[in-house]
Amino acid sequence: MELTTVWFCLIAVLWMGYFCLEGFDFGVGMLLPVLARDDTERRVMINTVGPVWDGNEVWVLVAGGATFAAFPEWYATLFSGFYLPLLLILVALIVRNLGFEYRSKRDEETWRRRWDLALVVGSFVPALLWGVAFANIVAGVPINADKEYTGNLFTLLNPYALLGGLTTTLLFLTHGAMFLGLKTDGEIRHRARGLAVRLGLAAAVVAVAFLVWTQARTGDAASAVLFVVAAAALVAGLLAAMRGREGWAFVGTMVTIGLAVAGLFAALFPDVMPSSTSAAYSLTTSNASATDYTLTLMTWVAVVFTPIVLLYQGWTYWVFRKRIATHHIPGAPVPTGSSA
Amino acid sequence: MDALDIARWQFGITTVYHFLFVPVTIGLSGLVAVCETLWVRRGEDHWLRLTKFFGKLFLINFAIGVATGIVQEFQFGMNWSDYSRFVGDIFGAPLAIEGLLAFFLESTFLGLWIFGWDRLPKRVHAACIWLVHIGTLLSAYFILAANSWMQHPVGYHYNPDTGRAELDDFVAVLTNKVQLVTFPHTVLASYMAGAGFMLGVSLWLALRRTRSEDDARMYRRSTRLSAWVLLVAGLGVAVSGDVAGKIMTEVQPMKMAAAEALYDTEQPAAFSILTIGSLDGSEEKFAIKVPDLLSFLATGSFDGKVEGINQLEQQYESTYGTSSDARVRASDYTPVIPVTYWAFRFMIGFGVLAALFAALVLSVGRRGRAPTGRAWVWVAVALPLLPVFASSFGWIFTEMGRQPWTVFGLMTTTTAVSPGVSAGEVWTSLLAFTLLYGLLAVVEIGLVLRTVRAGVPETPPTDPDADPGTRPLAYAY
Ligand code: HDD
Ligand code: HEM
Ligand code: HEM
Repeated sequence: MELTTVWFCLIAVLWMGYFCLEGFDFGVGMLLPVLARDDTERRVMINTVGPVWDGNEVWVLVAGGATFAAFPEWYATLFSGFYLPLLLILVALIVRNLGFEYRSKRDEETWRRRWDLALVVGSFVPALLWGVAFANIVAGVPINADKEYTGNLFTLLNPYALLGGLTTTLLFLTHGAMFLGLKTDGEIRHRARGLAVRLGLAAAVVAVAFLVWTQARTGDAASAVLFVVAAAALVAGLLAAMRGREGWAFVGTMVTIGLAVAGLFAALFPDVMPSSTSAAYSLTTSNASATDYTLTLMTWVAVVFTPIVLLYQGWTYWVFRKRIATHHIPGAPVPTGSSA
Repeated sequence: MDALDIARWQFGITTVYHFLFVPVTIGLSGLVAVCETLWVRRGEDHWLRLTKFFGKLFLINFAIGVATGIVQEFQFGMNWSDYSRFVGDIFGAPLAIEGLLAFFLESTFLGLWIFGWDRLPKRVHAACIWLVHIGTLLSAYFILAANSWMQHPVGYHYNPDTGRAELDDFVAVLTNKVQLVTFPHTVLASYMAGAGFMLGVSLWLALRRTRSEDDARMYRRSTRLSAWVLLVAGLGVAVSGDVAGKIMTEVQPMKMAAAEALYDTEQPAAFSILTIGSLDGSEEKFAIKVPDLLSFLATGSFDGKVEGINQLEQQYESTYGTSSDARVRASDYTPVIPVTYWAFRFMIGFGVLAALFAALVLSVGRRGRAPTGRAWVWVAVALPLLPVFASSFGWIFTEMGRQPWTVFGLMTTTTAVSPGVSAGEVWTSLLAFTLLYGLLAVVEIGLVLRTVRAGVPETPPTDPDADPGTRPLAYAY
């Protein structure tokens, strides 16, 4: 396989990792006002992702850095072209990060309410806009001979892209609810499980519509297979959730998200950013890439260090594998009777 | 202002802001690791209390460091797309490696450290904060290698077919001579910042929040630890800064001249401590100068020749001004002199002042005594700020002194900006980030002050009989 193809795949893997992991963080954030009844329950939810959200977020930073190193032209065109949506995502991520860290530093109603808002909005905006951005990348946007994006913000807000945004939002909501079913205990666990099924049905309808549309526009055999398996995984996940098999349910949405992203990349290949102005202006894995020297270097780095990262990130999930319930929250009223 | 100026302001503001928190993160993570190790080794409660207290302050600071760092990762593509295209082959690699090696390490082990108090054995827990600290150093190494390449490009060739700079030798990029001095200089400066923070807070607490003799002893410990670190790091910064000066004179002579506002070549050259008058060199009302010192700083010999701005401007014009490559032609090769001149002085001045305060604290605090009196409160307030400002001015000097170049000798800032991004878009992001960052500064300073005022809490005794399944988490958001 050519090095440029290897790097296209590696970048796909980084985005898959990002959406599979940060996807449930976003879901948990968005569900705060829906699932929790009081401050203690909100804290239960937040603490399920507490030790891991930052490590999950790094996947996107590495995806950005890897794009810069392996496909500098892609990095340049994409981030200068999608300037305003990216700005919104960055602002959202900033307030969300600080929401996690600062929310419980003061025991005051208004303080916490404000950071709750930061968490909800800061999770919703990227969940929506990453979907919009990816749909646009796959569908193609106006790019001129100088590899510069020539559209504006509204070019990006087309029906197909908005459907993409809705898809990621609903999938992440479902994923988050599944995660909470797996990681919490007590009443909130039951509520999360019920909600996961209802959200999952909505997500399934929208996601199938989006994937079929994608397949019709730019799909190939590989993307078709990936999309079908992704849809099957979602159905399987929902069935598992209905039977109370929380672990399998979560695996189901995880596989769905991973394979759907893989399918989008398959539909994109060998372009990295097709031009809707003229196919001749499209950025491809070959005309947007770095030199062989840099790609070889980066391949070695990735081969050596990615497994190490996966090992210690995996270990973190193992260390924090226990479910969290309201009585685990410091300062919360001690439970009476048995814990659920 | 056109898109270029706004993009420069936005980059300057977001980067300087990021680097207000970075030095404290690097320094304080190391100091907290030392405190925890002392606790593990000696079992003294004081070190545990200090670990938790400064750990909490560290986290408040770290959160903003991370949040503002995300912007940095994408900014090059957003505002400097032509730059990204031109150098991506070289510049992208350290950035990506930084993410893979450093950011994953920092964030994952910090999560373990924050939430792992009751889940991990003591030693493993202490190892986590050490790994976080190592992560910050790795992060500094790779990003500084990227920056050093911009100061002094090495290990590459220019490919006329693709119209970009391409990497030949990554090891050369990592061992760039500018990098080899920038890294120690910046990291030692960061230890000064972490230590200045701990020292200032400890002093203030000792003066204002001593509840018992036991507390007083604890504050004496953190005071001594941080004062020594500040002093030793300060010496290291001076030594590495001296080396940096010589290398800079060699690779960017204009920057040395700009640091001194030295208009005409001198041999030997005097070091100016301060000047009142005009910095366009036309008039000098009052100046304090140390004879021959600049010659030594720049060349290592007291009667070395230091070239002046006027001569260098002519040299640069004849080298680059006639080039057919638009990327290397500028109308003016002289940076903004008042900025470089004063930034250089503030860097050294604030840093030296911080180190002097540390020495003073140590000499007053000998044999178990402690500083007392109102004046010390002001010292305590100044100490966390001085090294951070010194670092900021160091960067402002380095980066502004490189202008008009983005990559020295290869690409000017004018040609680096994103051609497709409108002034309106850059204005939007400039305003958004400035407002958001301003707001965050208020929140963060508020939280730090609140935490400091509350003093170092007693460690709550854990109930050994509690069922581990229902016991509350040792730490929760
Ligand atoms: C000398 C050190 C240094 C310098 C010059 C910079 N940074 Fe930085 N950065 C750090 C040292 C650091 C750090 C100490 O490693 C931080 C501070 C807080 C933190 O969490 O890590 C960090 C955080 C941080 C993060 C968030 C990482 C996370 O989520 O854990 C990103 C994406 C960047 N930085 C990127 C950049 C870029 C693109 C820079 C260049 C303009 C830059 N930083 C300058
Ligand atoms: C963290 C400490 C840093 C600070 C405080 C800082 C600050 C600044 C400042 C003040 C400027 C000058 C703005 C101007 O005159 O236009 C600048 C320019 C620049 N710096 Fe840095 N910088 C830092 C580190 C870095 C690093 C590590 C890189 C690259 C890896 C970098 C890349 C650039 C670029 C590309 C420019 C040119 C764009 C411009 O002129 O605004 N900087 N920086
Ligand atoms: C005797 C004192 C010092 C000397 C002679 C000195 C010298 C220098 C020089 C020559 C540079 C520019 C390097 C270049 O652009 O190539 C520099 C940059 C810098 N200085 Fe200093 N410095 C001193 C003290 C300090 C102090 C006290 C701090 C902070 C606490 C500090 C922080 C920095 C930083 C962060 C930079 C930018 C990074 C770099 O280029 O190394 N310096 N210093």
